[in-house]
Amino acid sequence: MTEGSLITDVRELSSRASVIDFKGDVTASSEKALADAYTRASGKFTRTIVLNFSGLEYMNSGGIGMLVTLLVRANRQRQRLVAFGLNEHYRQIFELTRLDEAIGIFDSEAEAFADADAP
Amino acid sequence: MTTEQPVTSDEATPPASRDAAFWAKNVTTLKLGEVPPEAVNLNVTGRRVVGPVQGFGKMWQKTMRVELRGADVTPAEVIRTWKAEFQRFWPERNWFYAPLEGIAPGEVALLNLGLPGRMKLSTGVLVLYADDESFTLMTPEGHMLAGWITFSAEIEDGVTVVQIQALERTNDPLYELGYVFGGNRLNSRFWIETAENLARHFGVEPDVRSQVVCVDRRRQWRKAGNLSKNAAVRTFVWTLGTPVRWLRRPFIRRRASES
Repeated sequence: MTEGSLITDVRELSSRASVIDFKGDVTASSEKALADAYTRASGKFTRTIVLNFSGLEYMNSGGIGMLVTLLVRANRQRQRLVAFGLNEHYRQIFELTRLDEAIGIFDSEAEAFADADAP
Repeated sequence: MTTEQPVTSDEATPPASRDAAFWAKNVTTLKLGEVPPEAVNLNVTGRRVVGPVQGFGKMWQKTMRVELRGADVTPAEVIRTWKAEFQRFWPERNWFYAPLEGIAPGEVALLNLGLPGRMKLSTGVLVLYADDESFTLMTPEGHMLAGWITFSAEIEDGVTVVQIQALERTNDPLYELGYVFGGNRLNSRFWIETAENLARHFGVEPDVRSQVVCVDRRRQWRKAGNLSKNAAVRTFVWTLGTPVRWLRRPFIRRRASES
């Protein structure tokens, strides 16, 4: 799905975990794309949503705000957010904004999935 | 003479992100530069920044928008003026001591805010993000709010529109109490007034549209301990000690000159 310059794709890893792949820009105008992707990723038994940022090309402070809103939605459903594919720059932004304290960051999809699927 | 050039390849050096220059870098704790002597400099140096994840109270998203209809000004010009004269557009009794480098990524500004009952609050902000058409300030521990606020301008249907958008929680239970009993409304009023002042600067009679949404109604009780860094309490205690500091000043000066 494309919204503004963000393309999202949703994959089911297991009954308890789904991945949202991001490609493009995450900004304040990504709100609808993110909300739609979250709805598709969030099944009845989903406990973890894995965010794949390896296709992330641009993010501004509005985009970080969108991720906080996504985090609130997930927490409301008793779900966790984890992320992988962040380059060094975006990893630093997660640390600076202290989003890393709420969204677990992993180096690879395999590591994120292992954590997501852990009982 | 020959010099060896470092070997580089596209694989070895990943391309820099398009937004890399706009974000603050390597900030762990805040450090203030020089501040004017009249400013109360408390609760900034050594503090970490806090976002909505670290705050205590309900989470709010506040959006104030004003059209600059009739003003011949681009979004970039609006933001340039706003960055250069940020203090000028604030409501009275509030001071924003801009960093020497101006509003640029990673810079820290000192704030002296007027509270009800003529109380003062000394705190600060970090410039988290700044580009040509927007900038974002993030608050430190002890500030009334945990979060960030983005000031931006864009063209909408041929008209330059200015927006102030905050994503915030109060930092601790005491601030939350104040927010429930009028602080929330006063905070919204503060930013509406700022948008009005900015619009008037560009010769526009302001009509600010505001939207306040409670994004998360839950309070994060595990963050109640943030109270220990409450900047209002600390500034109040510091103010109580002013007469003592004033009386001690000649002795301190004499000791300094003797040594």
